[in-house]
Amino acid sequence: MITIKDVEHVAKLARLELTEEEKELYTKQLGDVLKYVDQMNEVDTSNIEPMSHAIDFVNVMREDKVIYEQDKEQLMSNAPEEENGFFKVPRIN
Amino acid sequence: MNELLRKTAKEQSEALKNKEVSAVELTKAALERIKDIDDKLCAFNSLTETTAIETAKKVDGKIAKGEDLPLLAGIPLALKDNMNLVGSRTTASSKILENFVSPFNATITQKLLNNLVPILGKANLDEFAMGSSNENSAFKKVHNPWDLNKVPGGSSGGSAASVAACEVTLSLGSDTGGSIRLPASFCGIVGMKPTYGRVSRYGLIAFASSLDQIGPFARTVEDAANLLEVISGHDPKDSTSLNLPVEHYADSLNNDIKGLRVGVIKELMSEGLAPDVQKAIEAAIDCYKKLGAEIVEISLPNLKHSIGIYYILATAECSSNLARFDGVRYGYRTPDADNLLEMYTKTRAEGFGPEVKRRIMLGTYALSSGYYDAYYKKAQQMRALVTQDFVEAFKKADILVSPTCPNTAFELGAKSNDPLAMYLTDIATISANLAGIPGLSVPAGFDKDGMPIGLQILAPQLQEARLFNAAHKFERANDYYKKLADI
Amino acid sequence: MENLRDKYEVVIGLEVHAQLKTKSKIFAPDGCEFGKEQNTEVSPITLGMPGVLPVLNKEAVNMGILTGLALNCEIPARCKFDRKQYFYPDLPKGYQISQYDEPICVNGYIDIAGKRIGITRAHLEEDAGKLVHAGADGLAGSSYSLVDLNRAGTPLLEIVSEPDMRSSDEARAYMEELRNIVRYIGVCDGNLEEGSMRCDANISIMPKGSKEFGTRAEIKNVNSFSALQRAIEYEIDRQIEIVEEGGKVVQETRLWDDNSRETRSMRGKEDAHDYRYFPEPDLMPLEISREWVEEIRAKMPELPSAKRKRYMGLGLSEYDANVIVEQMGLALFFDEVLKLGATPKIAVNFIMGEIAAYLKEEKLEINETKLTPENLAELISLIEKGTISNNIGKQIIFDMMKEGKKASQIVDERGLSQISDIGAIKEIVQKVVEANPDQVAAYKGGKVQLLGFFVGQVMKETKGRANPKTVNELLKEILG
Repeated sequence: MITIKDVEHVAKLARLELTEEEKELYTKQLGDVLKYVDQMNEVDTSNIEPMSHAIDFVNVMREDKVIYEQDKEQLMSNAPEEENGFFKVPRIN
Repeated sequence: MNELLRKTAKEQSEALKNKEVSAVELTKAALERIKDIDDKLCAFNSLTETTAIETAKKVDGKIAKGEDLPLLAGIPLALKDNMNLVGSRTTASSKILENFVSPFNATITQKLLNNLVPILGKANLDEFAMGSSNENSAFKKVHNPWDLNKVPGGSSGGSAASVAACEVTLSLGSDTGGSIRLPASFCGIVGMKPTYGRVSRYGLIAFASSLDQIGPFARTVEDAANLLEVISGHDPKDSTSLNLPVEHYADSLNNDIKGLRVGVIKELMSEGLAPDVQKAIEAAIDCYKKLGAEIVEISLPNLKHSIGIYYILATAECSSNLARFDGVRYGYRTPDADNLLEMYTKTRAEGFGPEVKRRIMLGTYALSSGYYDAYYKKAQQMRALVTQDFVEAFKKADILVSPTCPNTAFELGAKSNDPLAMYLTDIATISANLAGIPGLSVPAGFDKDGMPIGLQILAPQLQEARLFNAAHKFERANDYYKKLADI
Repeated sequence: MENLRDKYEVVIGLEVHAQLKTKSKIFAPDGCEFGKEQNTEVSPITLGMPGVLPVLNKEAVNMGILTGLALNCEIPARCKFDRKQYFYPDLPKGYQISQYDEPICVNGYIDIAGKRIGITRAHLEEDAGKLVHAGADGLAGSSYSLVDLNRAGTPLLEIVSEPDMRSSDEARAYMEELRNIVRYIGVCDGNLEEGSMRCDANISIMPKGSKEFGTRAEIKNVNSFSALQRAIEYEIDRQIEIVEEGGKVVQETRLWDDNSRETRSMRGKEDAHDYRYFPEPDLMPLEISREWVEEIRAKMPELPSAKRKRYMGLGLSEYDANVIVEQMGLALFFDEVLKLGATPKIAVNFIMGEIAAYLKEEKLEINETKLTPENLAELISLIEKGTISNNIGKQIIFDMMKEGKKASQIVDERGLSQISDIGAIKEIVQKVVEANPDQVAAYKGGKVQLLGFFVGQVMKETKGRANPKTVNELLKEILG
């Protein structure tokens, strides 16, 4: 069963600040969904290959060529904070 | 309202060629219609008038010179607001991208521009395409054009509503678990999800990469088929894009379907089905019988697990895909953070809405140490079984039919507080995404309240032509498509 | 400490990140040259903009296979990519595309000084960007940080060794050999200072004779061979001290500070690490056919170990062979000279002697001088033919490096060709003998060591051009 502690741990991994109410709500809601999901365990899948892709092909590669389609200004224009062409972030703790 | 807006894309193309109307006039008429009614509908997050008019002018220039027009040139279109168009705000209906201006075009956007299809605006959606009712937009809820108190379905609610309300003639949506087919059904139009890999995902803001697929909305099957032709094809920028030639679906729309084996999905015709929906689908099956098709009953034993599988795989992928929204390079950043960790946690807490957070939490949990095998790997194995069910089914049937949704559009707010009930809305649509097969929803009648009912048709991978053919024959044997929402 | 050291056995494994020398990034078509202006080698893909997708660079795969073969690895028929997830400003997508449980290379080894070091695996992944910390020298105490994503997406091959090394000397030798290999096969610059090759060391200690490894610490931030050795030595002492005092070594990541010469715990950074690996849905798996592997194997250049062996077969000492192989530019130059038919011993004397000295003095690489292999080969042939003396050769090699002229041209211009004509030399010898009667008398009186004086005088008269052997013989003959 998923607990508030699990929810807090997961929120930390996902870098989400949660209020106390959210923690309680998510504990309940995730619990409900996981309980529903657990119905999968009725089915024996021990010999089944996990499926990662809906289509089946391999070896998609490109040639080693340098191509630029955008200019730098366009790419930096959405930056919340910029300094001399660098992205700026608060001190790392 | 300019009556031409009620016409199909095919009819509008004819009108353009015959110079009954110019592309600029048509585009302006559509923009005017949006300005008139979108306050009530809330289908658009933003308009891209300049791009639209510029494109329309190019169309008129070609017409003036007597040149041939590319397919769908000059036909007003809306882009779901999770697709990049240079210079437009691309928000995914999220506060975290509220002010993000695209520096690049999605591949589908480029294809539309190449074909001179005017893009009028960016359609509202559930935040990051996560939802079944379009109530999860951070900006405003989309309303159903048939009844403004009801939801349009999600997540491509704005794309569906705008076409149903004749604001635009065509639109694009993205479908991860039914996000095109469900709103198409709720809004009484055609919505189609192609085979995974048929349309490039480059430039589509990812929700769940292994399930997402872009597809067309239109008021007729033929228009949808033509729009898919315009946007499909191999893209070297998308490693999951199929390297196969573009097909000309319109050629086979009228093929005889005598002897076509139509499989009825048993599990979707029984419990929980609204009586009016059941009646409509049974009538549709009868219709196929009359058209000479052979009806067979099909069972998909693992279908009942598809929602569980989906909510593990889709949330796991989304928890990863949404990690890039961290306030560093673009998008929203919290105004008050003293250090990096605070910047991350507050930016994401303030920038994402509740459903997005809920799914990030679930997906992170499913991938976290100690749970991967029990949830993620198990779901991937189950996905293989669901896919196998379809392989078996398609040995007995050429297409599969079911209701697109067990019910018609519900009232706004009816399921907002019960995520699981909302998730169950997708029971009929989700398995096609798991198996990567194409599917569409075509209008199949109305319930007692006059709300549209959708028939879902599924086909094996890459059998889009068969799918459109079967849907077109059904559409033309009825006249549901002729009835438009009165707004 | 020295005595305590005898009680313990040291266990070291290295994780080496080698930047692959492709033109473009591993999943994006941006350039990846070192030292460009910040955030100029970027695209929507590298910045992790919403909607972008990765496409694998084929050359990175080829280089991965080539390296694997050079490290005696198996190349599995199938491999795939996975996402490794964590938040950091230098990681634009919030995950690194890497290979988790199906890497491109497995089960290899390299031999260092008679010992075989196992290589567990090598996998392809993308590099992160770089951070500049403002208001302080490093991260600690900085008021904010700046992000440059030029390096983000540069292809890396992470090469993971078995815990087979038992001393810092072995670790260094392994690292040096690995560097030689990646440089000789042309996949990586191997520049530790610029970071094109980076190393993390896993270090633990256990009582001698024990079979169970101790708890390991992972040491990061070692930027040179000597730093690697110093860091390992420091860490061994630190761990011994803890154990001797009855404590326990904690599993953690520690940062080497080469200024203060100590490792520091990165405590707190690790507690939430749960990378949540899962298969990358945006990339299809790789199936590497045996034909593909063989095609690459056929292009494998000579590896450093084979080169060493070959040089020793040519008569070079083990020392000389090692020194040349360590300096790839010289070795490749040497090989070119040999290909042109030059006698190995003379060539190696030039390369190890005058050429090496000049390069060291001028801080140049061989390819930055004007000396070509053809010119050196010609010089050697002039000496062997007796056209010039070895000494003349040693003089003009410097001008050849500076000016790029052919040896024969310098010899002609300056009239340096050796005089082997007995008649001509005899004349000069006569002249020298006649001019120095006192010395002749002394020589004849038994001071035979004066022969050197006469040789010198003859050489002075001929500006060094006389064939020394002939001079010696003639002097002995005339002086009796």
